[in-house]
Formats: sequence, C-alpha cells, structure tokens
Amino acid sequence: MTRAPLTTALLAGLPLALAACEVGPKDIQQTGHRGTGMVQLADRSNLPGPDRIPGETYRDIVLDPNNLGEPAGEFYENVQVLGDLKTEEFNRLMIAITEWVSPEQGCNYCHNPENMASDEVYTKVVARKMIQMTRAINVNWKDHVKDTGVTCWTCHRGQPVPAHYWTTDPESMARMGMRSRRGQNNPDAMPAVYSSLPYDPFTAYILEKDPSERRIRVSGTSAYPMPGMRRATLMDTEMTYGFMMHFSDSLGVNCTFCHNTHSFSDWSGSTAQRAISWYGIRMVRDANENYITPLTSVFPASRLGPAGDPFKINCATCHQGKNKPMGGYSMIREFPELARLPVAAPAAVTPTTAAAPQPTDSAATAAVAVATPAG
Amino acid sequence: MALLSFERKYRVRGGTLIGGDLFDFWVGPFYVGFFGVTTIFFATLGTALILYGAAIGPTWNPWLISIEPPDLKYGLGLAPLKEGGLWQIITICAIGAFVSWALREVEICRKLGIGYHVPIAFGVAIFAYVTLVVFRPLLLGAWGHGFPYGIFSHLDWVSNVGYQYLHFHYNPAHMIAVSFFFTTTLALALHGSLILSAANPPKGEEIKGSDEEDTFFQDLIGYSVGTLGIHRLGLLLALNAGFWSAVCIIISGPFWTRGWPEWWSWWLDLPVWR
Repeated sequence: MTRAPLTTALLAGLPLALAACEVGPKDIQQTGHRGTGMVQLADRSNLPGPDRIPGETYRDIVLDPNNLGEPAGEFYENVQVLGDLKTEEFNRLMIAITEWVSPEQGCNYCHNPENMASDEVYTKVVARKMIQMTRAINVNWKDHVKDTGVTCWTCHRGQPVPAHYWTTDPESMARMGMRSRRGQNNPDAMPAVYSSLPYDPFTAYILEKDPSERRIRVSGTSAYPMPGMRRATLMDTEMTYGFMMHFSDSLGVNCTFCHNTHSFSDWSGSTAQRAISWYGIRMVRDANENYITPLTSVFPASRLGPAGDPFKINCATCHQGKNKPMGGYSMIREFPELARLPVAAPAAVTPTTAAAPQPTDSAATAAVAVATPAG
Repeated sequence: MALLSFERKYRVRGGTLIGGDLFDFWVGPFYVGFFGVTTIFFATLGTALILYGAAIGPTWNPWLISIEPPDLKYGLGLAPLKEGGLWQIITICAIGAFVSWALREVEICRKLGIGYHVPIAFGVAIFAYVTLVVFRPLLLGAWGHGFPYGIFSHLDWVSNVGYQYLHFHYNPAHMIAVSFFFTTTLALALHGSLILSAANPPKGEEIKGSDEEDTFFQDLIGYSVGTLGIHRLGLLLALNAGFWSAVCIIISGPFWTRGWPEWWSWWLDLPVWR
C-alpha cells in the first residue's frame, strides 16, 4: 500500500488547488464576430463594486443663472485660471473641489486661511495646474473622454493623492550587473500584472509626446524595413506587452476588448475601443508632459518618486478597474465650467495636440482609426 | 483483392458490440460493422454540410473557409442554420463520426482478442475535442464558446482565447501539456533514431538487431526502459499531452477569468518569502 500516502496527499491538496479557482457565475460579453473568440469574461465575485457618487456638500446648492454675481476674477484677488467663472459658480466649485480632493483636510489643504489669495501653500499652485489640465482634457481630448468628461473626482476620489499613479523606477533602467533584473522579472510590480514582463513601460511610452509615433507599435507597417525606422527588438516587444497588461488591468478587460489578435496592429480588425484608447495614450502623455512634469519643482520631496519625478498618471489613475471610469457616470453636466476654456487662454492651457489625428465625432472613431497612419 | 497474410486472423466473425451479424462483413480489405456504417453516415453528412457552409459563405479559398459557432446570445439553444446552426449540426456529425470510429476500433480489438489501447488512445483525442466544443461551452453557458471550423479561423480563435487570459503561457495546465508534447516528440525521436540505426542500414548491408543498436543515451544514463516499456512510455507521454491540453482549456473561463499570470499569486504569497 505504498500508494496510500500519495493518494492522501493528493486528496488533501485538492481543496487547495480548487481554492485558487473562480467557480461562481460569470459575466460574459461577446466583443467580436462569432467564432473569433473575442469575449470578455469575469467572475461576478471579482467585479469592482459600485462607485461612490460625491456631492454631499454641493448637491443642494442651486445656482440662479440670473444672479451669479460678478466674474470671480474681478471679485477675488489672484484668480488666474477660473477668472471667467461667476462668483457663485466659483464658490460652488471650490466647495466641490474640497469634497473631491481634500474632504478631511478642508479648504486649508490649499489655502492659507489668513489670506485665501496667497500662493504660499504649494498645493494651491498644483491645484491651479490641475484645473487647467481638467479643462484641457474635457475640451481637447473629447476623442477619449467624450461628453462624459472628467473632474478632479475622476482621479482623486476624495484623496489628496490619487490611489493610482506612477513614477520612474530607477532600478528598471539598470541594464548591467549580475543582480540587475533589466527592468523585468518582478511580478510584484503591478504594471506588469504579476507577469515577468517589463514593469516600467510608462517612462518609455507615456512620459511625453512621441514625435515618431512608433514606440508602442513594434510590428512594421510594411513587409520591408522602412527607411529611418529603428527596428524593434524582442525587448521592445515585451515592453509593449507589459504596457498592454497595464491597460487590461486598469480597465478590467482582456486583450480582445480592443484587439483581434489575428493581427494586433490591424485597425480594420480592431474594435472601436482601440481608437478611443489610442487617443487616451496621447491624452495621458499631454497631461504628464504639459501639466504634471512642469510642477516638479513645486512638489516637496514626499510627493516625488525615487528618481525625483512627480506622481504621474496612467490608465489606472482614472479607470480604476472599469472600462469606463465610474461606469460612465458623467459629473461635468453639473460643472460645465470644467468643460470649457477661458476665452483668452494662457499659453499653457492650450497645449499642442498636433500628435492627434483629425478630430472626429464619436460615431466615426473606428472608421477614422482605420486611416490612422500608425498606432 | 488478395488476402493479406494477417487477414486470416483478422477476418473472424463476432465480437460486435451492436447489430449482431448484420454488418459483420468486409468490403475489400475494410471491415464494415455497424459503427463503420454510422461513421460513413456522420462523416458524409458533416462534410456535405461543411461544403454547403462554404457555398453560402464568402469564399472558396480553402485556407479561409470557416464554419463559425453561433453568437453567445443563443446560449445553449439552437441557432438559425446560417447563424451557427450549421456549426451545431456539424459538431454533432463530427462527434458521431469520431465516436463511431472509436467503437469500430473496439470491435476490431475484440475480433483480434487484443487490448483496447488503440481505441482508448483515440478516445483521449476525442475527449480533448469534446472538451473544446461541448464541455467548455456547457460550463460557460453558450455554444458560441466553441471554436470555428476553418484552417485560419480556428488558429485566430486559439490566439484570441489565449489573450482572454492576458498571457496563456502562465496557464499551469498549458505548461504541463506543452511539456508533454515536447517530451513526446523527444522520446519518439530518440526511439526512432535508435531503431533506425540498426534496422535501416545502407544499401548492401544486412539489417541488424538489438545488439547493434546505438545505445549512447541508454549507456549515458545507465538505464533502459526496455523494449515494451518504451512503448508504454510513449503512450503515456502522448495521452498526457492531449489530456492536459483539455485541462488547460476547460479551466480557462469556467474556473479562471483573470490573467493567468495572476493565478500564480499564491506562489508569490508563499510565507517562505512573503
């Protein structure tokens, strides 16, 4: 009976093996033509819960359109970016921002209570830039945020620092030495979602605008090497794979949400969501390059990463596990002032969007994406 | 057709599972049997339906012809013929033909008085197919989870289903299955080369026996599994390859919906290094 201990061990191990299973009911959606295997699956117990909709402090404030007061820029001192708001709108927005970003810390998280106009608290300088960023996203990046738009809450969710951000990992840059991981093989680093793939694709792909428009796409657009194009290495491919793992994890979807893996790069086989995502990548680059990185010298050391760069955004910052942040709930309907730019805009408010293809309406994104030169 | 030397032993009456003597005869060198008839029926009908599907489809390019399963919205019900219904009937025909063929093999084994190794081995292949187009769709609640019948389209399906789990190489059963597939080919290559080294001499030389075999690897490890054992080993390796393939796909979806890399978090969380 030498087999008895082995059998016992296997039987004892069975519950352990099953404990790693998801046996509950599933949510399943077909995302491609029948038979392509383009399907989204999720165990219901594993789905993210409902999102909290804020508004306790401002929900009952009803603005009288005929009595909004004078422009905030004239009524208050040192109003640099919201000067076009009327004072009543301005006051309501300040209350809302407090609930969205610093509900526990209150107004004084950004303001010196002795002199509300003062810029001495660094967070006020940051907040100003973030308001510019929010408006720029809602106006310039409708190809990604549509009419849903974003507010401070989309990222902050009631915390001064959003739960999901990234900084450059100096270790991931190391390419020499016996103990170097060469930027990969670190399954605990969440961007690669438990895999051995490169775990800091962000510095390479979404730190700033990519004039070549070629870094993420590794497959060629023709059968022959193209003049002037750097050939992608296996490491580049893995970096792209790692970046795409981040997409999946941030949105709670799998690869077939956007791609028919028959050909990842082929726009005609991709879903409309891939085009929206294409704009999202450029939107995030814009936000990081033109709004967050310029604040580097403003932040204290505790708000900087190990390489001295500020906390920057990626897909997870807004999406937080859902393919539409907050399930697609729109908050800018209540705050239309966040979805427009002031008439005389300072230079920083209108960053160049030359990287984006022709503006499109939402219904035509997929068709336009087919004509996109490189994605 | 001339009677072959082994046919005297093969052409014996009886041993049928069903139908008694009804189909217990030969056409030329081929045993018919009840299950030979059902094989022909299902195979002919299924092939004709594939041709019909190709005829109403967009292409006659043999690489691109594809009989696709229904949309998921039809669940476990019947779909209209041109929207996956054909796939459903062809699937029934395929299973009917495969199982009939396996049972015909059983009858031949009974006639010869030998073990059922061949039908059992074929049965594992059928099991893997049925897992893909019946068991997994049943567990996921829609026939649309089956794979399409087409040369390129079924490959695209494999790719997309793999990417439903972000990185399929992290699927533990897939790892085991791939290892068995590679080991099967390695074992077959070692065994085949050893036999041929003695039994396939150059022109003008005599065939040599087991004394002359190239036993380099056998001597290297100091162990021989034996002339019978090597075939047991080969069957074990090959059947495990098919079996673990079936396991790796049945757990993808019904028992795991996230990326396969994430499944390994239990390993990352072992108290030894956590």
